[in-house]
Amino acid sequence: MIAYIARRLVLAVVLMLVISAVTFMIFFLVPRIAGVNSDALAARYAGKAPTPQQIVDIKHRLGFDKPLVVQYGEYAKGLVAGRSFDNGGDKIWCNAPCFGYSFKTDQPVRQLLTDRAPITFSIALGAAILWLISGVIAGVISALRKGSITDRVVMLIALAGVSLPVFFTALVAQALMRKANPSATIQYVNLADNPVGWAQNLILPWVTLALLYAALYARLTRAGMLDTMSEDYIRTARAKGLPERTVIVRHALRGTLTPILTIFGLDLGLLLGGAFLTETAFSMHGLGQLALAAINENDLPVVLGVTTLTAGFVVIANLAVDLLYAVVDPRVRIG
Amino acid sequence: MTAPIEVSGAEVEAQPDAVLAGLGKKVEGRSLGQIAWLRLRRDKVAIAGGFMVIFLVLVAIFAPLISGWFGHPPNEYHQDLIDPVLSGPKGKLGGIDGHFLLGVEPITGRDMFSRIVYGAQISLLVAFLATLLSVVIGVVMGMIAGFFGGWVDTLIARVMDVFLAFPILVFAIALAGVMPDSAFGLQGNTLRVAVLIFIIGFFNWPYIGRIIRGQTLSLREREFVDAARGLGARPSYIIFREILPNLLAPIIVYATLMIPSNILFEAALSFLGVGVIPPTPSWGGMLSQAVPLYNVDPWFMLFPGLAIFLTVMAFNLFGDGLRDALDPRANR
Repeated sequence: MIAYIARRLVLAVVLMLVISAVTFMIFFLVPRIAGVNSDALAARYAGKAPTPQQIVDIKHRLGFDKPLVVQYGEYAKGLVAGRSFDNGGDKIWCNAPCFGYSFKTDQPVRQLLTDRAPITFSIALGAAILWLISGVIAGVISALRKGSITDRVVMLIALAGVSLPVFFTALVAQALMRKANPSATIQYVNLADNPVGWAQNLILPWVTLALLYAALYARLTRAGMLDTMSEDYIRTARAKGLPERTVIVRHALRGTLTPILTIFGLDLGLLLGGAFLTETAFSMHGLGQLALAAINENDLPVVLGVTTLTAGFVVIANLAVDLLYAVVDPRVRIG
Repeated sequence: MTAPIEVSGAEVEAQPDAVLAGLGKKVEGRSLGQIAWLRLRRDKVAIAGGFMVIFLVLVAIFAPLISGWFGHPPNEYHQDLIDPVLSGPKGKLGGIDGHFLLGVEPITGRDMFSRIVYGAQISLLVAFLATLLSVVIGVVMGMIAGFFGGWVDTLIARVMDVFLAFPILVFAIALAGVMPDSAFGLQGNTLRVAVLIFIIGFFNWPYIGRIIRGQTLSLREREFVDAARGLGARPSYIIFREILPNLLAPIIVYATLMIPSNILFEAALSFLGVGVIPPTPSWGGMLSQAVPLYNVDPWFMLFPGLAIFLTVMAFNLFGDGLRDALDPRANR
């Protein structure tokens, strides 16, 4: 059990390092391979027609004049222990976890992240609850009535659900909303200020996003459930006279849920780092929109901040699922 | 073909009458491929999906001809058809009439039909080639991991874990964003399409890699592999001549099922503005233009959205049917 958790923790740290390193590479190595030198890179952050001296200054301020490995090392150190920034003469100390400062606006990235995170969290968490419950229930019902009309209808809807792009569903949903009430808009309201308004505004994003994942989970649950129901231990449970309800809930569902929880952890972690498509389609300014705008402006620290945060969420969600495994699946606890 | 086919319970039941009745007839053997084909043919829904897929591929290939016969050039402006005040199409239903089969775009008045037809080209091209790339990497890595085992397997399996936890969308956006206008001797849209294929293909290989690894692990223990080894075959011979042919069924099935998700991925990237560069028509790009206009002209978002939906659905239906036909353990 301890070895199991230790192994998971090591994997988690490696994952974070690899993801931030790859983001770094995308911003510095890829342009270089494609034939852009560091002067041209620095010029992207200068005004129009910069002087050579300006470019040298920018390169120094943004750290482009150091080797890539050193730049990455400083970034990683900042995350764990904080770091100081050379701001043309005076030094600024940035506390851990330090995500650096935006190249474009000089705002601290951590501030930007904490400003935008509530929007993304609200979308992702609400949708996740919705899709996990509805997807699993639909899948179980479908599996238990395999071949029936119910099964076929549910599976057809699920197939349509996984084939619909979420940004198209979002547009249709908004068009319908406008048709029903021409003055309706979707705008994020703070949960603490106005819980009712918060939920009202988020219903459409939740349903739209949940539809896609619920369809996916219904298909997975059905397949898993059919697999589990043919296992020997289900026959044993039935043979020893357990009521069918207990066999399904305590034995079959438990076996089916473990792989689904793994995928759930991954999906939720990725979404918490930015629900790119949903945010864009509903024009909500969460982490995804922050990253998109930053990518358009070549604002590396902001993009790096969002990807590092995403990696963090994936890792935390995975860890939580792994620990949950130990509870749900006795084989993990003993093995 | 060679998928390990199990006989399901119902077929094993002894039927003495049938056996006696069949004594006079000539018994015909069926190859596993024939059995799979028979199963697939019985699946009406999958066959419908298959025809739809063929139709879409033909549309993509002959896009210039089709657009020439039934439409106008995809980038030709028809601003006389646009309401100058609302900037939506003048006619009803988004300007649908005999000349413009799916109406016109708001603001520019470009022919929607031609743009949808041309959109199929990019969508299918990117999806097919990206799938090919994923399949090649995934199959090679999966076979190596499964066949050699040990630390090689551990390493590849861990790499796959890391890949699966990547925020791929962010990377794809970032990568497309930092690409200069010309590189590697390519430029403009050609470069962008190449980058799209690379990103989508390169980040998705672990999905098929995991399946191939699992299958290889079990194939490795089979008697025919032992026999080949006993005869002194080299590992490369066993991998490519003995194991690979047995992996054909899962490769075909999962490649077919990867195409629709790659179509969605390409559409998503174009929707977010890092896909195909306008004015080249792409379904995702058209949807992103529709976001601020859904009030003015709801028809504008409908056609590209339906195009994506129907294409993805067709591939999914066909892929599901193919899986059921080739994999006897699938739930029929």
